[in-house]
Amino acid sequence: MNNYEYSIYIPLLPLLSFLIIGLFGKKFPGRLAGILGTLVLLAVTLFSMYVAYEYFFVNGKQGGIYQHLVPYKFNWLAFSPGLSIDMGITLDAISAMMLVVVSLVSLMVHVFSLDYMKGEPRFSVYYSFLSLFTFSMLGLVVASNIFQIYIFWELVGISSYLLIGFYYEKPSAVAAAKKAFIVTRFADLGFLIGILMLAFYAGSLDFETIMKVLRDGSSPQSIAITSASFLGFSALTWALVLVFAGGAGKSAMFPLHIWLPDAMEGPTPVSALIHAATMVVAGVYLVARLFPLFSFNNAALEVVTFIGTLSALLAAFIACTQTDIKRVLAYSTMSQIGYMMFALGVSGYGGEHGLGYTASLFHLFTHAFFKSLLFLCAGAVIHFVHSNDMKDMGRLAKWMPLTHLCFLIACLSIAGVPPFSGFFSKEEILSAAYEHHKFVYVVGVLTAGLTSFYMFRLYFSVFWNKPDKVYDHHAHTGWMMKFALVFLAGFTGVSGFVPFSTFISSDGVPFATANKWMQSLLPVALAITGIATAYFLYFRESSTPEKIAQSFGGIYRTIYRKFYIDELYLFVTRKIIFNGFGRPAAWIDKHVVDGAMNGVAKLTARFSNLIKGFQSGQLQTYVMYFFAGVAGLTLLIIYLWK
Amino acid sequence: MSASSIFFYFVSAFILAMGLLAVTSKKIFRSAIWLLFCLVGIAGLFFWMQLQFLAAVQIVVYAGGIVVLIIFSIFLTQKAGTDLPKPATRRIIFSILATLLGFALTYTIIARHPFSARDTGPLNARVNEIGSQMLGTGRDGYALPFEVVSILLLAAMIGCIVIAMKTPAINLPGREKKGEPEKLETNSMTV
Amino acid sequence: MSQIPISHILFVSTALFFIGMYGFFTRRNMITMLMSVELILNSVNINFVAFNKYLFPQKMEGLFFALFIITIAAAEAAVAIAIIINLYRSHRSVDIEDADEMKY
Repeated sequence: MNNYEYSIYIPLLPLLSFLIIGLFGKKFPGRLAGILGTLVLLAVTLFSMYVAYEYFFVNGKQGGIYQHLVPYKFNWLAFSPGLSIDMGITLDAISAMMLVVVSLVSLMVHVFSLDYMKGEPRFSVYYSFLSLFTFSMLGLVVASNIFQIYIFWELVGISSYLLIGFYYEKPSAVAAAKKAFIVTRFADLGFLIGILMLAFYAGSLDFETIMKVLRDGSSPQSIAITSASFLGFSALTWALVLVFAGGAGKSAMFPLHIWLPDAMEGPTPVSALIHAATMVVAGVYLVARLFPLFSFNNAALEVVTFIGTLSALLAAFIACTQTDIKRVLAYSTMSQIGYMMFALGVSGYGGEHGLGYTASLFHLFTHAFFKSLLFLCAGAVIHFVHSNDMKDMGRLAKWMPLTHLCFLIACLSIAGVPPFSGFFSKEEILSAAYEHHKFVYVVGVLTAGLTSFYMFRLYFSVFWNKPDKVYDHHAHTGWMMKFALVFLAGFTGVSGFVPFSTFISSDGVPFATANKWMQSLLPVALAITGIATAYFLYFRESSTPEKIAQSFGGIYRTIYRKFYIDELYLFVTRKIIFNGFGRPAAWIDKHVVDGAMNGVAKLTARFSNLIKGFQSGQLQTYVMYFFAGVAGLTLLIIYLWK
Repeated sequence: MSASSIFFYFVSAFILAMGLLAVTSKKIFRSAIWLLFCLVGIAGLFFWMQLQFLAAVQIVVYAGGIVVLIIFSIFLTQKAGTDLPKPATRRIIFSILATLLGFALTYTIIARHPFSARDTGPLNARVNEIGSQMLGTGRDGYALPFEVVSILLLAAMIGCIVIAMKTPAINLPGREKKGEPEKLETNSMTV
Repeated sequence: MSQIPISHILFVSTALFFIGMYGFFTRRNMITMLMSVELILNSVNINFVAFNKYLFPQKMEGLFFALFIITIAAAEAAVAIAIIINLYRSHRSVDIEDADEMKY
């Protein structure tokens, strides 16, 4: 508890690097900005790993339970004696794990970008934004106060906006950045209302206090929040669902997922860092952080489960039809996060019942590595081929052997093939679902099959498929890119063997997971079926995929057009919001508000026109007024002044 | 009704009639002449009050100087024969109203006031008295106002010359191509 | 003289004053306005000497005042004529309503 003082440097170092690179980066020669950013992040990673080591292995446990430590806390803004926004650092099992994940993936992305973004004129700006993002994300995961997490939430949103819109000359990038920011901001409205409700009932903004007070069934605040109800749901349900809405926006859950595919307009390392491994899991992290409260309220958990499952399935369907590499990976991310969400939703609290919680965070851990690996390989491929579309690629196994190997490892992991990491985490999720909610289990297994199908569709289309493709104008893959790929591939290989449940569990008490081999047979079999189907359809060039697509006709078209959700949003925005609210508001602003002001001005002008005749320039008129004034004064003085 | 009373009423009526004619006449030259008669009438009033010196000064300065000056300026500025424009009827009505009201107000105040004479006796206004007081520096001496007025007259003389002076024409540069250089006539003095 | 009460003389001077004022309000020609001003000045002169003669016959202040007023009126008339001539040169007219540059 007392020697975690260096943990303050973990978020502060990237902030410092953001300021330095941001202010002075233009003058740095060559890639110095990038090298500086990477070195800072190396330091941060070492600090994070040391914190994790200390916490998990040395002195995090007391009485066998992982403690909730707060090495730093300072009172920033006090609204009233009990209610204040404190800025602090919380160290517990999930925040220590997230520190490691975020800093490692960020470090790999920094290293990868040294080669990927070489020659980019705004190189230093890119690295300053990356540092800003890292600072925000690290601040988010160690937040001790719900308002602090909201502040860093918004900071992360800003960094995402800046990075998606990095190539600001492209109108599509600008539109994508705006879309991401607006959708997440809209979700954050729900988040804010949820925060305010929780703070109102709990009387504090501190995570510990909120959870302690509201979880205790007999405390007056807890009774108040569960008895106050609106439209048939208790205030606690509303608060938690609203907070979850904020998380759903950031994690691209249905129906707030529309920004994630468009966010692929940003540079690929950014997609790897933000929209695969770290920012999009912020929603999952939030639910995990508030999990003791969520588990207290079944209605909220049901909402989480439902949304998670629906997102997972929907995204899997859409990913089967897309042809842009990054879009496939984006939908795959949405699908995997859906897994994490419903894993949290089906979880109980305490010991073995909390398997879903552990499984969800385990999947977060492994997903970060293999998804960022997938994106970075995609980045290498895009860098090589100068195009995003699968139709321009093929036979890259011969041309990019190292990338091919890493991509294959990542694909096997995401498909859930043992002994790669994805298998272990997905198994835990599915077994948690099997225990608590059979329907969700079925959907999960089906989605797993679809996952392996579309991932291997991608793999075969990119690396095999066209036997005699030749690349005349390809780029050279730098050794730093290769290093990052290999490092992540190594992690993907070993991270499955981490005994996660001995570190992270819903109530801090470590437990051992039983190996249910029999249960794993079905998903693995489905995964292999998926791989085989993809092999038959895509290993060689053939027209079978198109024929299948055409035979599905309208269904295929609907899925390809992402279920027309974007069009629905545009319809609502344009026809209803713009016409219904925007235009009247603009009319009122222009004619009533401005009109009132203009009216006042016109009135003044008219009045002034009336009386300006006094200054006519006619001498005789002036003399008449003068005489009138004198006569009036005389009368006044003589007759009225006593 | 002594002769002097009759004389007084006659001169007063003359003054007022001439004054009225001066302000309402349509021809400007006639207006100037009516003014002249009015001023001479006022001189007559002064004579009646036995202030002969003042009356003489009135005739010499006012009638002989100012009215002549006015007549010269009439000749300088316009054709003396044309009729003056009639002012707007609104203006006439308002002015009559204002005048009558003002007159009523003033005269009621004056009429009610009992002007009581402090001391009686004739006013000794002989010329040598006037002269010695004018240049006297004692208690009733007017030497200082006399000097000040002379400076005022000097200033007025110089001022008139300066204001009414025609400055010589200035040739504008760059306009010689037009054949005749354009002359700019300035009325204000550039010091 | 003593039979005429002072108020009669004051009547004359007041009437002359307001006649001059009427002329000043009504006349459009600047020179006629100047003439009206002279009427006003003269009415004031009559006032001064009347008060001097009837109320303070021992002194001559009213007389001297009147003398000085005549002098100053002469100077003022000269300057006024000079201004009118100057104005005539720039406006080509001595109508008071044409000299309205000081308006709004």
